[in-house]
Amino acid sequence: MKSIKSSIAFLLAGFLIVAFGDTGLAKDECLNCHQELEDELQTPALKIKNDIHFQKGLTCADCHGGDPTSDDPDISMSRAKGFRGVPSHQTVPQFCARCHSDANFMKTYNPRLPVDQYQKYKTSIHGQKIVKGDEKVANCVSCHSVHEIMPANNPKSSIYPVNLPQTCAKCHADEEYMKEYGIPTDQFSKFSVSVHGKALLEKKDIGAPACNDCHGNHGATPPGIGSISNVCEQCHVVMGELFSKSPHKPAFQEMDLPQCETCHSNHDIIPPNDDMIGVTEQSICMECHAEDEENDGYKVAAQMRMRIDSLRVRYEKAKKLLEEAEEKGMEVSDARFDLKDVYSALVATRSDIHSFSLPVVLETSNSGLELADKTMEKGKQALEEYNFRRLGLGISTLIITLLIIALYMKIKAIEREQKTS
Amino acid sequence: MSNIGTKIYGWLDERYDLTALVEFGKKKTVPIHRESVWYYFGGLSLFLFMVQVMSGVLLLLYYRPGADQAYESVKFIVTNVEFGWLVRAIHSWSANLMIFAAFIHMFSVYFTKAYRKPRELTWITGMIMFFLAMGFGFSGYLLPWNELAFFATKVGTDIVGVVPGIGEFLMKVLRGGDDVTGATLSRFFGFHIALLPAIFSAFLGLHLMLVQKLGMSTPIEYEKADNSNLKTMPFFPNFMLRDALLWLIVLNVLAILAVFFPFGIGPLHWPLGLKADPFAPAPAGIQPEWYFMFMFQTLKMIPGKVLFIEGELLGIFAFGAAGLAWTLVPFWDKKSARGEKNKLINILGIAAIAFIILMTAIGWL
Repeated sequence: MKSIKSSIAFLLAGFLIVAFGDTGLAKDECLNCHQELEDELQTPALKIKNDIHFQKGLTCADCHGGDPTSDDPDISMSRAKGFRGVPSHQTVPQFCARCHSDANFMKTYNPRLPVDQYQKYKTSIHGQKIVKGDEKVANCVSCHSVHEIMPANNPKSSIYPVNLPQTCAKCHADEEYMKEYGIPTDQFSKFSVSVHGKALLEKKDIGAPACNDCHGNHGATPPGIGSISNVCEQCHVVMGELFSKSPHKPAFQEMDLPQCETCHSNHDIIPPNDDMIGVTEQSICMECHAEDEENDGYKVAAQMRMRIDSLRVRYEKAKKLLEEAEEKGMEVSDARFDLKDVYSALVATRSDIHSFSLPVVLETSNSGLELADKTMEKGKQALEEYNFRRLGLGISTLIITLLIIALYMKIKAIEREQKTS
Repeated sequence: MSNIGTKIYGWLDERYDLTALVEFGKKKTVPIHRESVWYYFGGLSLFLFMVQVMSGVLLLLYYRPGADQAYESVKFIVTNVEFGWLVRAIHSWSANLMIFAAFIHMFSVYFTKAYRKPRELTWITGMIMFFLAMGFGFSGYLLPWNELAFFATKVGTDIVGVVPGIGEFLMKVLRGGDDVTGATLSRFFGFHIALLPAIFSAFLGLHLMLVQKLGMSTPIEYEKADNSNLKTMPFFPNFMLRDALLWLIVLNVLAILAVFFPFGIGPLHWPLGLKADPFAPAPAGIQPEWYFMFMFQTLKMIPGKVLFIEGELLGIFAFGAAGLAWTLVPFWDKKSARGEKNKLINILGIAAIAFIILMTAIGWL
């Protein structure tokens, strides 16, 4: 009997340990209390479960200080117990930086996470304004949210690439809110229809740039006129290199024109097309280079466009020929392979436009034109071969048909003979 | 006959008694009635098989088995070899037409009950050749080692693996390992050009010998009637020349199809496409050859579980049992053997045709 009693006591003790023994929730009186409160005092306790800090084992007291083991607010939230309370708008960056700027502390959680956010923030427009007492400018929680902070690679996070433009737009698209700063508020609407915006927001291609990829994130600032090409070059490497060696680079600098942006604009970058180059009305070149046969820029623009048009037309012709041959059942996979190279040459020529150098464009386009001619020739040969096959078929069908007739007549003759005999 | 010809004939006749064979041939007749047209499909299947052998031998001159050479060699055949495209197109079209002709031949023999005594073994050998022809199709499909063939073979051999007990073993034997690899290709090449032709030739010889020995079957209704009224024609030369006439017509059709549609048409197509890549995801729209489609579609439509049996397994067993019953029809159709009409056989045959057409159509749509 005694042993049964002691067994029950042992099991009960085990159950209590399992049920309440090691849950942070049971010990954290901050959470226990705030869960019972209402409205904004309850919200942090509800949201915190999704927060990366909570999931990594940090408690309310780790940020706010105080004694989480006491259920008496006078003790748990006493200054004597180190309670820091809610930081003001201006002090939020320092509040977060206590841990996030501490490399030794941060590497115990995530060694790959940078610890220079606060340093960068201080260089940003946001950071510069906040120290001047601006209560509206963004601080950490404006972008990362409060009590529901998620890592950047979590698709639910406010700073996940696909969500980031909306996060910035909360303030930057609000005309009323941004009024006093005197900057445009159409960036998001322009970005949404741009080639980058469509890729990011519609196709959910997180390789496409969001706001922070050009402006920086913690050190957010508009790129200066002279550094725009450096920003774009992060992805558009070839174009960036070609441009930096082109005659346009010093010319733009002299005229105080932004580099890539002058032709492609900034937030509303549309997919480039061949009409942008050349000397037609739609051409951007004509905005600076006057219609003058003697003007070098005018001549180069006209010739570059001519090269692109020739290559494109020949590519399309070759493609059409191969399609026609394929429709007729001809095997042209080798020529198809060449056609891909022609297309690559067309793309390379379009990229070479950024050198604004006719010899560079000529060199690339010439190899493409040569290959396009060869591919067209292969297409023509395939169609000639098809006609030869039809001729061969015609002749052999005729011979077989004559044999069929002759055989039929022979059978009839044999049968007639058999009937008479 | 020329002097030399007479001499050669005499030499052979002295040793092998050719005169007896010639006399046998002279006496051999073919009945003439409303269903006589079906007699030609056996000969047509034979003609298309000969085309297969000849075009296959030509392909073999350039084809190189092996995962790293097969696709390239087929591409070389259709692009660089003189008339290589024509030989491949003829081989592919002729294969499909041969199976089609064999289907018609099989059903015509079935509906005219030509399998009844004493032609049970003629039917059995014919059915074995029909299954072997399907084996030719399945093994030949993989040989270009392209994407479509690779995944179709993977799916096809997966189905074999479902059979309990021996399924996994059979699948490994077919694949030459756990997966479809270069070893499978070598194996299928061996099946396609050596093993299957050897077995097929033996059965073909036996089948033709039985046809010659027993002659053409007369349908029951004509057999029961007064036999003296039934018209006949001599096998040599009348029927043989008519056979040759049909072969020439089909040869013409084959040439037209090969020139205008060298890679097939509609669901009946064999484009070279991309080289097989075991690590690539399966492309959309993998389909077996048309003559496997009704089985493939049925297996797809059977629910995952039927009572306590796995749906796919049930389907395989059902097709196995139906195929066996079909092959053994001369032994359980007692009525036809007695020369009586058997409506059940006709109903089953029509149901089988309707089922094949319906399932194939669903599979293609």
